[in-house]
Amino acid sequence: MRNRGTLSLHIPQPHNRPGDAPDFSTIQIPPAGALERPPIDTAARALSPFAYTLIRVLDGEGKAVGPWNPRLSPEALKKGLRDMLLTRAFDERMYRVQRQGKISFYVKSTGEEGVAVATAHAVEASDMCFPAYRQQGFLIARGYPLIDMMCQCFSNVRDPIKGRQLPVMYSSKAHNFFTVSGNLGTQFPQAVGWAMASAYKNDDRIAVSFIGDGTTAEGDFHHALNFAAVYRAPVILNIVNNQWAISSFHGIACGEEATFAARAIGYGLPGLRVDGNDFLAVYAAQQWAAERARANLGATLIEHYTYRAEGHSTSDDPSRYRPSDEWQAWPLGDPIARLKQHLIQIGAWSEAEHQALSDDVATQTRETQREAESIGTLATGSRPPKATMFEDVYEEIPWHLQAQMKEAGV
Amino acid sequence: MTAMNMIQALNSALDVMLAKDPAVIIFGQDVGYFGGVFRATEGLQKKHGPTRCFDAPIAESGLVAVGIGMSVYGLRPVVEIQFADYIYPAYDQIVSEAARIRYRSGGDFHVPLTIRTPYGGGIFGGQTHSQSPEALFTHVTGLKTVIPSNPRDAKGLLISAIEDNDPVLFLEPKRLYSGPFDGYHDRPVQPWSKHRLSDVPEGHYTVPLGEAAVVREGAALTVLCYGTMVHVALAAAEATGIDAEIIDLRSLMPLDINAIVRSVQKTGRCVVAHEATLTCGYGAELSALVQEHCFYHLEAPVQRVTGWDTPYPHAFEWDYFPGPDRVAAGMRRVLAS
Repeated sequence: MRNRGTLSLHIPQPHNRPGDAPDFSTIQIPPAGALERPPIDTAARALSPFAYTLIRVLDGEGKAVGPWNPRLSPEALKKGLRDMLLTRAFDERMYRVQRQGKISFYVKSTGEEGVAVATAHAVEASDMCFPAYRQQGFLIARGYPLIDMMCQCFSNVRDPIKGRQLPVMYSSKAHNFFTVSGNLGTQFPQAVGWAMASAYKNDDRIAVSFIGDGTTAEGDFHHALNFAAVYRAPVILNIVNNQWAISSFHGIACGEEATFAARAIGYGLPGLRVDGNDFLAVYAAQQWAAERARANLGATLIEHYTYRAEGHSTSDDPSRYRPSDEWQAWPLGDPIARLKQHLIQIGAWSEAEHQALSDDVATQTRETQREAESIGTLATGSRPPKATMFEDVYEEIPWHLQAQMKEAGV
Repeated sequence: MTAMNMIQALNSALDVMLAKDPAVIIFGQDVGYFGGVFRATEGLQKKHGPTRCFDAPIAESGLVAVGIGMSVYGLRPVVEIQFADYIYPAYDQIVSEAARIRYRSGGDFHVPLTIRTPYGGGIFGGQTHSQSPEALFTHVTGLKTVIPSNPRDAKGLLISAIEDNDPVLFLEPKRLYSGPFDGYHDRPVQPWSKHRLSDVPEGHYTVPLGEAAVVREGAALTVLCYGTMVHVALAAAEATGIDAEIIDLRSLMPLDINAIVRSVQKTGRCVVAHEATLTCGYGAELSALVQEHCFYHLEAPVQRVTGWDTPYPHAFEWDYFPGPDRVAAGMRRVLAS
């Protein structure tokens, strides 16, 4: 009989905790431009290595290099920069508004604006987005009015969703942006279903969805991958790996031996891993996946490697569980600073223009806030009519809800 | 005795049980190093070690299923679901598995699992951080459902739940974590330290599952309630001067039917109050039981005061929440006939 040792339970621990010096030395970062761009009809099986590397376009000097360079025009790059800056300015403003007690809750996307904005730029406006709750940059890039976003956060009388949801749970059918759930991961297989319907109807539109690294642990993530693989659904499934799920590091979500992109391999899907703070790399990966989907070759899973610079939400205090200066040490930098550097490097941008644009988006958000507050805030009680509380439960209001409306005095 | 708020009392219960029984193991999202988003497990990983209290993936079904497997081995897992609104992915594991394993195995296996989860409104959490799903679980045979309304009960009930050999869903009214809340949302927040039931013994003690508490004796009518609504009902009685007998059920399954029958046979009138939606809510069961057991003592139809039959609407928190005015109106209705 073999000698049998005793077992012990493994509990993963992150490298850095409060008080530690941030250490990202274990992260492998290939040089920009190092990877080939495979043809879109490459078999998923042959793409496995892409799940364990990082697609990168922008190098340390801000030059766009290698076959993944999407060769965007300076105008397209400037629009991307503006959308990211506007997203960050909007987040800053709404965060302050929450701290002033005018809204109940807020979620910033600081440091990861590049993922949502570049995706919105890379797919068509007619493609359907099934977002998680940190893709405000996508909605901003699609030109959704800032005033409507703010009124949603204020739950005021002009809130497009009638005060029903927490701030940031936007919804806009007109912008092909599905209602944000608040529950985790539910949108991922729904996006697959939308894409299957598009294929069924011989449409040419594709679906794009987002999920956080932590939420990949949910069953819905796996349902999405399996259905997408089985039916070759025209969908881009994006994992925003921002390293932290509230206080849990990525090792809690998937263990430390695999990447999130590698989840695709077992399902027979292409899994791409991308430098999420590189606007051009994100754009290029989305473009590749979109071309593949539109060619009826099915879904792609993309892991965007980025960093959540702020707390999970206004209810969170990340200094309790990670070094407070971790973002400064993040080796992939800031998506805004990197795109700015690139624009300057190609001679299409200057510090003065950048300052002017920063001032412009700050003014825009400040003026929009003034307008939204003049309509009302949660604190001032300018809400949609109370009767709306009973609407939209069903298409028509049944007798028992009518009785309750009467009891509620509406 | 130490003055504790409800979070501290729950933390103390977990601490006591970790020290007392090596089979107790705690896991859930953010419960390890961080100590939980509501701080219920603060310091427990540091004190008892990373294998006793640790973080888990965001996968409610997985959490409960893993808890069942550990229970079958012989552990007494305590699983935290971060908000009751997020428990639904675990529904199959709770309903078809945890609750039925004793029965389907002819008593061969059992599941001494405790599932803790914050529930209820009052914090402007919108529809994903405010729900009261207790009736979805009390409908399930084989599962126990417990809801404390104060720190002393919270600790004693949680220890009973952990020591119980059946699966227990332990619903924590999150609006009561830091202080008693009577529904008057525009008045200053009260801390638990001023409340007599914040006096919590430091060591091990139990509050048995299945025993209600009469929190106010009265002769005019009976109010059946639990969780946050206990404090709302007390406030309604005080505001109206109505001599209400208020019963804190504490445990919905098993239910203290004797306490209910004793009180309603005495008063002849009954109001049922809960935050959850009306239709097929737990109040429907209470109303039916009162009718079955006390029909000939009833002077008036049982009245239900509940949340409206809508999702929990963010901006309309206080129109939705059945506060003292609505409980008082229910009391007046039951007294009118």
